[in-house]
Amino acid sequence: MFLPDGTLRPHYRKFVSRFGTIPRAELDTKRGAIDALFLRQGITFNVYGDSQGTERIFPFDLLPRIIPATEWEKLEAGLIQRITALNLFLHDIYHEQRILKDGVIPPYYVLSAKHFRREFVNFRVPGDIYIHVCGSDLIRGADGGYMVLEDNARCPSGVSYMLENRRAMRRTFPGFFEGTGVRTVANYPAELYEVLQHIAPAGVADPTVVLLTPGPHNSAYFEHTYLARQMGIEIVEGRDLVVRDQRVFTRTTKGQQPVHVIYRRIDDDFLDPTVFRADSALGVPGLIHAYRAGHVSLANSIGTGLADDKVMYYFVPRIIKYYLDQEPLIPNVPTFLASEEKDRAYILENLDQLVVKSANEAGGYGMLMGPHSTKAECEAFRAKIIADPRNFIAQPMVPLSRHPTFIEETNQCEGRHVDLRPYILYGEKTTVIPGGLTRVALRRGSLVVNSSQGGGSKDTWVLFADE
Amino acid sequence: MLSRVANCLYWMNRYLERADNTARLVDVNLQLLLDQRALDERALAGHWIPIVQSAGDEKLFATLHARATGKTVTEFLVFQPENTNSILAAITQARENARMVRDQITSEVWEELNRLYLFLRSPAARQLLDSSPMEFFQVIKSSSLYLQGLTNATVLRNEGWLFQQTGRYLERADKTSRILDVRHASLPASGVPVSVTQTGSLEWAAVLRSCSAWDAYKYIHGADVQPALVAELLLLSPDFPRSVRFCVQWVNTLLRGISGVATDRFSNEAEKLAGRLLAELQFSTASDIFDGGLHAYVDELQAKLNRIDAALFHAYIFQPFLASGVEQLHQQEEQQQQQAASAVPGR
Repeated sequence: MFLPDGTLRPHYRKFVSRFGTIPRAELDTKRGAIDALFLRQGITFNVYGDSQGTERIFPFDLLPRIIPATEWEKLEAGLIQRITALNLFLHDIYHEQRILKDGVIPPYYVLSAKHFRREFVNFRVPGDIYIHVCGSDLIRGADGGYMVLEDNARCPSGVSYMLENRRAMRRTFPGFFEGTGVRTVANYPAELYEVLQHIAPAGVADPTVVLLTPGPHNSAYFEHTYLARQMGIEIVEGRDLVVRDQRVFTRTTKGQQPVHVIYRRIDDDFLDPTVFRADSALGVPGLIHAYRAGHVSLANSIGTGLADDKVMYYFVPRIIKYYLDQEPLIPNVPTFLASEEKDRAYILENLDQLVVKSANEAGGYGMLMGPHSTKAECEAFRAKIIADPRNFIAQPMVPLSRHPTFIEETNQCEGRHVDLRPYILYGEKTTVIPGGLTRVALRRGSLVVNSSQGGGSKDTWVLFADE
Repeated sequence: MLSRVANCLYWMNRYLERADNTARLVDVNLQLLLDQRALDERALAGHWIPIVQSAGDEKLFATLHARATGKTVTEFLVFQPENTNSILAAITQARENARMVRDQITSEVWEELNRLYLFLRSPAARQLLDSSPMEFFQVIKSSSLYLQGLTNATVLRNEGWLFQQTGRYLERADKTSRILDVRHASLPASGVPVSVTQTGSLEWAAVLRSCSAWDAYKYIHGADVQPALVAELLLLSPDFPRSVRFCVQWVNTLLRGISGVATDRFSNEAEKLAGRLLAELQFSTASDIFDGGLHAYVDELQAKLNRIDAALFHAYIFQPFLASGVEQLHQQEEQQQQQAASAVPGR
């Protein structure tokens, strides 16, 4: 929001000139009204391990993050480049494996990846698209440059907050949008629906699309119902589906009705108890058979988890170079691979300076933040890394960028760390929704933006112009 | 429509109707005591136990409370977490069902139901019940009426609506019969009751009020409360919107709406049973009911309503709902990573 010398960045001027005129008391009222609105609408996430079934709202901050047009164009190009390369990479890995044969990535890393599905080698996915919906997390380093922190190529969530945050802002500050030139995010559900229709099995003119949810106890259940409602499709649980003659049907009051495309928000492992985890109570027996027979399409495809393995992340710049012959437009965070001898030595020597992550964990699990950890914790990780180097990477601590945020305790605006998750849709065309979910670590000094650990969110404005 | 969705819509409305009826029943009986002189413990229990019985939870009540007083019974029927039929539990279940079909109900309905749920779970609800029970029950009743109005005004008249209304009317028929049955102990085992004491007359007026039938009764019969006339109104009236006959008439019509079959035919067991029960109610008089005793009649009636419910489930919903392994299911639902937050942004 501010330049290093304390002056306001030009693309914030219009916003601040309006925001500054609102009396303090009115802001407090508006803030309260938004919280009450979210609670009443049930825009909440479930807190796990709470027997009371407590639902909480994701704290929302009134100050939006604003991104000028030129800056966004660069991001957009970089994200399109990335998802294109990742889709080519997945297609190659599940077919010819040229990238391995050419020695660009050591085969060992791919073949040992937890989410590599060898059952789907040489299987042709509908439209040759693996990742239909991607949410790549971006951060800004000390020099203000954007970097990709990780790719979420399985079931990226949070898009409903992006949509609802914007709705809340428009409702609260209708006057702000007039003349400021903020690009809309509201067409996300329509764009997503288009992607889902695009991948329908051959010969189906008017496909039935459903959203497969794990169920109401899932933390993202609100989002599932929200998206289904916005797209005008049915939301189903595994038990609503049945497979007959390699075709998928919903169980309805009027008998069984065919389904052609499934936007699934369930992990690969749980999709079909007869193929993957036998103890899955969420899946549909026979679903994979129907999928392999080409009678039903899945988004995202099976096996995309390979692309968000953190070891693969290390290779993404090489992947982009190999398939597109381009330099990455948005760089990675510098990364060390524990299985490379030189890197491992460096990691083990500098454990107290680095952030160590497990290759396949999300949500902050299996992670060591060196500078904030005790000696014992470092030693425990040292042993783990030596025992299973394939499963670990390390990165230097990146000081995240900060954004002014209203803090309740001190009753004023303070700088808080933020990241950004834009959403990319890959179908007949590739679309980056102009906006995204800006998450903010509400605790002072904290780098944790997770909703369960004191994180909140902001609306993200992408402008038509540069100021 | 998905069978599971139909089931959720049906139960959402059953639970809403249940909470509404319980609120009226407790409210009216709390007020009734204001008109009586101080009762000893036995008389007090005599007043309250039938209320608990009408919800069918007498055993559970006995394990939780030593005495039946206004306070314990109110607690039991309003907030008691162990009681799956308490108002709080019913609203919680209604909301849970609504949450599972959020994409199928209008946002107006959802927001009001959610508001009622949040209110009941807040300390304000208990404070209000303690300081002013009448106002507390008014909140529940108003919200229930508001929800019915919203459903009427905003919901598409499609299959989902038919399932919602079926749940609503089936539950209402059941509840009306249960409320009517509350004062059966004061009646002869068989035959039409002739005289009634002053207290008895107040109690039967309370039965009417618990069904919002007091005004309708006065309009038809005047202020002289006769048990036989009360039973006739609540069971057999074709015009009173909470009478069992009125509700069964609706269930019968709604079921034909779901299947598209003409009203004088049937295509499944539920339709057959509903049609038969309706005919029976259409061609009965109060003395037919009292011949075998009111209580026995109501018991049999409830069994018939339950059979319609079971047949409905079998015809439209039936699917292997997990009876066991629910814990495991929930655990797996929670486990599904939604790649929500990388927890710690980068480094």
